[in-house]
Amino acid sequence: MIIAERKPVNEIVEMVRDAERVLVLGCRGCVSVCSAGGEREVELLCSLIRLGKQKAGQPGEVWGATLVRQCDKEYVDEIDQWQGEYDAIVSMACGVGVNFIANLRPLDLVYPAVNTTFFGGSAEQGVWSEQCAGCGDCVLHLTGGLCPVARCAKSLMNGPCGGSVDGRCEIHPEVLCVWQAIHDRLSRFERQEDLARVAPIRDWRPAGHGGPRRTVRDDLTV
Amino acid sequence: MSFTPNLQVFCCHYTSQQACAEGREGLRADGFPANATINRLVCGGKLQVSVLLEAFEKGADGVCVIACPPDQCHNLMGSQRAARRVLAVQKALAELGTEVGRIEMFHLERGFHPEFVRVTREMNEKITELGPSPFRGEQS
Repeated sequence: MIIAERKPVNEIVEMVRDAERVLVLGCRGCVSVCSAGGEREVELLCSLIRLGKQKAGQPGEVWGATLVRQCDKEYVDEIDQWQGEYDAIVSMACGVGVNFIANLRPLDLVYPAVNTTFFGGSAEQGVWSEQCAGCGDCVLHLTGGLCPVARCAKSLMNGPCGGSVDGRCEIHPEVLCVWQAIHDRLSRFERQEDLARVAPIRDWRPAGHGGPRRTVRDDLTV
Repeated sequence: MSFTPNLQVFCCHYTSQQACAEGREGLRADGFPANATINRLVCGGKLQVSVLLEAFEKGADGVCVIACPPDQCHNLMGSQRAARRVLAVQKALAELGTEVGRIEMFHLERGFHPEFVRVTREMNEKITELGPSPFRGEQS
């Protein structure tokens, strides 16, 4: 899922200082699962913005709603039902949601309430860790299913840097050295020969270095 | 200028049972602040961050949360959960540039009545020193 974290409240309050009616808009997708922008977080942020505005002496009405997703036109169109009831939208979705609202609603002011951070999963209750970099050229079939692009601090493609200690990364000791983990995992399946392959110089264009990416599925387009 | 704070006390049913049995007049006679309002919860674990923030929105100058000792919750984790939610609100108050001490968590033995009164008095004195909540705006 996409992981996000709420921005500091004062930053958000500053964004909407001129808006008297603020709609805080949550998303039931990834940001609900990582507790950054679902219904519960919408309720809390409404309260925090109200408190911030009260403290700053700014008049205002702050209320919330949550869409099924903010990354599909049909759900973003549901904002129509509140037309005329807000001066600004504070989106608690990931950056995709904010962009979609900006794309589809040229007359609406929209601000981000979260920082979109990475693609990850739940490591434990209340903890999420990065697992995928969305690089567009997956090598997991060669690395035992463990991603060196996202999980190696140096994104090395040809084995460990040599700096790890006791299987821990030299940059972030709390993180496993993913190349150690890849080695251990491939050894378990007697696939160490995969490690002897030399990864070619990587073309990073699919990772977004060639500009915004786009996927077209002719079998699905109408 | 004299100031009487609006103090909201959120307390666990089990922790406050004996104190509340005294009734309003009995508690007041023991020194419980007249300006404090008791909000009883079925358990500290029932407390939500949104409820605590709402208390400040509605004009509380201070909030006092009272629940059982962390390892003696009747529902196992309720008291620990309440403490975490108080911490979340303290963090939010800090973000908003407000004194984090406007909300405090107290873990008290069940039925230990004098302690219940003591912590609310302490909290009342502290909030009186801090002055009106900066969120009250025109309400103050």
